[in-house]
Parts: sequence; C-alpha cells; structure tokens
Amino acid sequence: MAQAIFDEMGGPGSEVRQAYLKLQSWLEETPLDILTLRREEAETFFRRIGITFAVYGEGGDPERIIPFDIIPRIIEAAEWRFVSEGLVQRVRALNAFIADIYGAQEILRAGVIPRDQVLLNETYRYQMQGVSVPENVYTHIAGIDMVRVGADEFYVLEDNCRTPSGVSYMLENRELTMRLFPDLFSRYNVAPVDHYCDELMRTLTSVAPRNCQGEPTVAVLTPGIHNSAYYEHSFLADQMGVELVEGPDLYVMDDIVYMRTTQGPKRVDVIYRRVDDDFLDPLTFRPDSILGVAGLMNAYRAGNLNLTNAVGAGIADDKAIYTYVPKMIEFYLGEQPILKNVPTWRCSEKDDAAYVIEHMAELVVKEVHGSGGYGMLVGPKATKQEVEDFAARVKAAPEKYIAQPTLALSTCPTFVNEGVAPRHVDLRPFILSGKKIKVVPGGLTRVAMREGSLVVNSSQGGGTKDTWVLKD
Amino acid sequence: MMLARTADNLYWIARYMERAENLARTLRVTDRLSLMPSSTDTEGNEWHSTVIVSGSEEGFYEKYDEATPENVISYLAFDPENPSSIRSCIETARRNARAVRTALTTEQWECLNSAWLELPRWNETRVRGSGLHRFLDWVKDCSLLFTGGTVATMLRRDSYYFTRLGTFIERSDNTARIMDVKYHVLLPEHAEVGGGIDYYQWASILRAVSGYRSYNAVYREGLKPWLIAEFIIMREEMPRSLISCAAEIKDCLDRLGEEYGQRHECHRIAGQIHSRLRFGKVEDVFRQGLHEFLSEHIETNDRLGLEISRSYLLG
Repeated sequence: MAQAIFDEMGGPGSEVRQAYLKLQSWLEETPLDILTLRREEAETFFRRIGITFAVYGEGGDPERIIPFDIIPRIIEAAEWRFVSEGLVQRVRALNAFIADIYGAQEILRAGVIPRDQVLLNETYRYQMQGVSVPENVYTHIAGIDMVRVGADEFYVLEDNCRTPSGVSYMLENRELTMRLFPDLFSRYNVAPVDHYCDELMRTLTSVAPRNCQGEPTVAVLTPGIHNSAYYEHSFLADQMGVELVEGPDLYVMDDIVYMRTTQGPKRVDVIYRRVDDDFLDPLTFRPDSILGVAGLMNAYRAGNLNLTNAVGAGIADDKAIYTYVPKMIEFYLGEQPILKNVPTWRCSEKDDAAYVIEHMAELVVKEVHGSGGYGMLVGPKATKQEVEDFAARVKAAPEKYIAQPTLALSTCPTFVNEGVAPRHVDLRPFILSGKKIKVVPGGLTRVAMREGSLVVNSSQGGGTKDTWVLKD
Repeated sequence: MMLARTADNLYWIARYMERAENLARTLRVTDRLSLMPSSTDTEGNEWHSTVIVSGSEEGFYEKYDEATPENVISYLAFDPENPSSIRSCIETARRNARAVRTALTTEQWECLNSAWLELPRWNETRVRGSGLHRFLDWVKDCSLLFTGGTVATMLRRDSYYFTRLGTFIERSDNTARIMDVKYHVLLPEHAEVGGGIDYYQWASILRAVSGYRSYNAVYREGLKPWLIAEFIIMREEMPRSLISCAAEIKDCLDRLGEEYGQRHECHRIAGQIHSRLRFGKVEDVFRQGLHEFLSEHIETNDRLGLEISRSYLLG
C-alpha cells in the first residue's frame, strides 16, 4: 500500500489536478478574511437551523455543531462512476448475504464463512430466521465508509447496514455552499443531490409489506430529541412529508401497527426506524426498552409492517464479517469485487492475533462491535503505555478485535486556523435499495480538522465538507 | 390529521410563549407601579399580587418569606425550578419545538430557537435597573414574533388551529387572572373612594393587557372602573379581552370540527363560554360579583383546556 500521502488537489510541489484548477484559482483570488467571514456565517446557519449533534458522556454543550469546512471536496465524473458501480455491487452482495443468513444459509453450508462467526455473532438475530421481507431487501439505506489513498485507489473501510447517519449533512452542506459561494459553485458542473429524499421515499414505498393495500403510510421512528442524530430524523421526515414518531406514538393491535393521531388511530405500513434492534420491541428484545413498541415484531412477521432497515441487518456490517465481503461478492454475484477491502487481521485467529500484538504500534486496532471512533487504537499516534494497555485488552478477548494497517488517507485543502492546509478525509456515500438500487452522486466527506490526525469521526472533533461529484 | 403528540406540543408551545409574554407584561407594570410614590400605601403588595397573578404563589412562598422585587423577579423571570418562570417557558417551548420541528414553519422554529440561544445572556445581574425593561421587552418581542410568525406563515389546517388554541386558552386565563388580582379596585362602589392610587391601579390593569391607549380610543371619557371591566371582558374589538379569546377559541374548534367531521364536548363548552360573554351584560357580571365571575371563568376555561386535550391531544 502506498504510504506517500495523496492530496486530492495536488499538494505543494506537485501539479494541481484537473478538477481542482478552478477551485485553486478561486482560493488564490479570495482573501482569507472573506473565508473567515463565510465560516462564521456557516456556523450561524447551523445554530439557527438547529443542526446539532450530541456527543455522549463528555458533558459540556449537549447540542454541539459539527465543524463545517467551507472548502468543497471535488470528485470527477469518471472517478465517481467507478466508485458508484462498486457500491451498487457491494450492497447487492450485502443484501444477498443477509437474506441468505436468515434463509437457507448456503454461504455457511459452502464453508465460505465459518458458521460460528455468523450464528454466534452478537448482531445475529435468531428471531429473523425464516421471516420473509419485501423484495428480500434488508439494508435499504446503507452507508459505506471509504478512504482514498491514491488517484485510482479506493478502499472500503466499513459497511454500515443498520442505521447509517450523516445524509442530512450531505444535503445541508450542499445547501450551504451554494448559499455562501454561488460564484465558485457556478464555475463547476456539479451533480445535484437534493433529490435524495424523493428517492428515499420511493425506496420506502417500494417495499410495502405484503398485506398493505393501496398507498403505504410511511413514518420515521426516532428515539427522541436526546438522540445524537435527532436533527437528521426530523429533517428526513420533514423532507419526505411523513410523520416523525416516537415509540409511545405507536401501538399494536391484532398485529397491526397504529399511530395515535388527533383523529384516532391511523394504520402504519412502513417504518424507517432509527432505533436499534435491541430497543424496537420490549416483547422480543430488551424488556426495559421504552423507545420501542410492544408487538412490533409480531406485526412485522405477520406481513402487516415493514421495517427499514430490517431487523438483524447488522450481521452484514460487523467488523469481523467485513473481511468476508469480497468473498460474498464472488459467492452471490459471481463477480470480482470492484472496491477493495482494507487488509484486515482477525484477532479471533491465533496467528493474526499474535501478529497484531507484535505490530500493534503500526496498526489501527478496532473493537469488532465498536463504532464512532470509540474503542480503537491508532498505533502510530499512541503512546507506549496506550499500546501496552490495548495489547492487554486484545489478549484478554482476542475475538473482539480486528486490526488494519494505518492507511495513508488522502488529504483535501481545508480551511483551518493556520489558513488553507491539507487535512485527511474519508467518504460515506449512501446507497438506497428497494425495488431498485440508487446512489445519489455525493456523500458525506468527513475531515480530521487537526493536523496529521486520521480520526475523522464527529464524536472525536472531526468536521464535514460538501462533496461535489462533477458531471461529464 | 396529525400525530396527537405533535398537536399537543404545538398547543403547549403556544401556551408557554403566551405565558412568558403575559408574565413580562405583568412584571413591567408591577415595576412601574412600585415606582409610584403613593405605592407606599400598599406596602409592596404589588409584588405579592404579581406572584398571585402568575399562579405560582405556593412555589414562591416555599422558597421565599417575602415578596421583594428581587425575589419576585428572580423567581418569575429566571428560576429554573419554577416551571412557569419566563426562562422555563422559553426553554420548554423550545424543547417542544425541537420535538415537533417538522410541524413548525422555518420562521416559527427560528424564532423559538433564537430566543433559546439568546436566553443565557439574561440573568438577575443584567436586569438590575433599566436592564429589567430591556429584558421584558425582549421577551414580549419573542412572543409577538412567534404569534405573528404563526399567523403569517402557517398553513391553515389542524396544526394551525391547535397552535392558536394554545395561545387563546392561555391568554384568556392570563387576562382573567390579571383582572382578578385587582378586582377590588374595579368594583363600582370603589369609584366613589377612588383617588390617585386607584387611577394608577386602573391604568396598570389596562397596561398589563396592552389596552391603555386602546381604552382611550374606545371610550374617550377617562378611566372608569366598570368601563375598564367591560372593556377587558366584553369588548370584541379588544384583542386580549375574554370575549375575543372566546371567539377565537370557538372559531378554531369549529374549523377542527369541520376538518375532522366530528364535534366533541370541548365544542359545547367553548360555545357556552362565548355566548355568555356575547349576550351577557357587564351589569350582570357585577351583580354576580366580579371576583366570582372571574373565578368561574378561569375554572371553565381550565375545563375547556382539559376537554381539548381529551378529544385531540392524548391520541
């Protein structure tokens, strides 16, 4: 893997890449204090609209805004075509895999993935075994995290098949750049993203449950205003023109789900739920959950309700299962994977574990079930003590960890305190699967605002950028 | 049709904003009245009355022994433990707004959100002296912006009517309370004894309902207590009068009844309240006793609120 850092604009000493030429001349002609002013305007916009994100367990401002970097990231049409084809292929395979696991389990019988990795996995939901879901789709909204390390080198870092968030940032960031920099925007031919919510609505209505007659009633289920992604839930419901419901707004009678309205009960057919499996239905999962609805699973099994994403979809985005995705693509689609996986050591395997402990200081070590940048170690950035502590944790429960080489994430010009400087980025595009698969040209670019930092997670101080996919 | 919880939130957002505004008006008038030299006669009772108007007598006297200006301002304007303090009203309104922001227009949301963002800048120290009036004006502005934004931007359907119901149920209650706490100075027999102090008291009641100048525009014969009572209870052109509130409430409920094709107990009560004010005479009010009349109104209005909840907001 290339270790030299690839700058997407073309860093100092190298030539500016084609797509960035106009941006670069715009940066040269725009004084820094204008950029500062625009950044302040952006912050005011976020605060005013209330686009906030809660960071758990740290105290302080409960409604924090994610730093928005005003300089867009640019992806060329040909680059996007490649990425987008790869994404569609990957998500088709992921859906086929989940359907297979809760169906015939052919991939296990063929010995491609060890049985225990799946059936003993914490994300496997035996309650879904044999349940049929509309169109055989489980991950209707997938967010695939990618990194770029070279001009033609993209890697998939992580699949998010449960309730990926961030799409509201993709949309609001675009809104904002168009507002702040209309002149720059008009110099480019940028593919639009604002039809995302229409596509989402179309996806959701295309997977109505089998007993639904007529136009399905869709609702978005949120854990409530204290959830870190609450803004996004309300944003999506609003854009789709559907109700944003909380658990107590719903009830189940005779296996049919109703919402409580000012005119009495109203039947609900499709729920885009942003509540985790464990909290969905206290009768089936955690009995102490107050976020869910008693009896929801019965309605789901009876074909009176569809849940998106499906219960149990998490089996496909587990970090240990991730390593098998290229094999899934071959197994289900008979194709070669277009997008590469990052080479990964599974500590559940003895040799891998030994290697990881030996080379911990060079590797990124992650908890299999961790997310949001919590419970991970970036070897080269860690102190000796941190490495030793983490090694002890891996030794104690090796099956809970995987490790990957530290990738030289690409950088993009970013407006920071020191001026415009390169910072590391990743990319989360969103893939919609219903009767058809759709990828809106763009995604959420996350950027590590600190120099040299590779952690782009918003919970760790990362920011976001607008992502421009160019049209031919 | 809409989620019952959403309707409930809209209704309460409007109630809390209206409550904050009325509190601000009352505090402003109290402060003005307490500056009058003659107020020594009532020995700081103005601040005590304000606590009563706000309906938080119990909570207040658990915490304080005496209704000094500092205590009352602190409790009614800023105390987070007082669920009806101005701060709590704005915070609750904004929390509710966040929970139903898809049902609000951008203008409504931005108004509530900016109020909430601005709120921490105000505290007991900043409102000393002339700061108090700046603060109270700001509160009033926030509420007026919200109410105006509602009328100017919200689609005329159920969500709008629930929001408006909140405003008028609260306003009707507040107007009645403002009058009730001073009912004794409005009694006809009092007019004979009335001197300078009463004049200030009468004017302050009018000011608290934003009706001082409008009163003069309507009557043109100086302040007369029974006319003030008539003005605030029964004049349809006075937008904060009990009858105006009742007419608006009835109208909102009628629209909901049409939209949903169903009428409930709340429709009956609203009609009853309205026709009593519409066809009653101020003499009858005084015959019944102003205080008795107002207490009964507050109670019926309360019952109406409960019936609205029962029919629509609990789901």
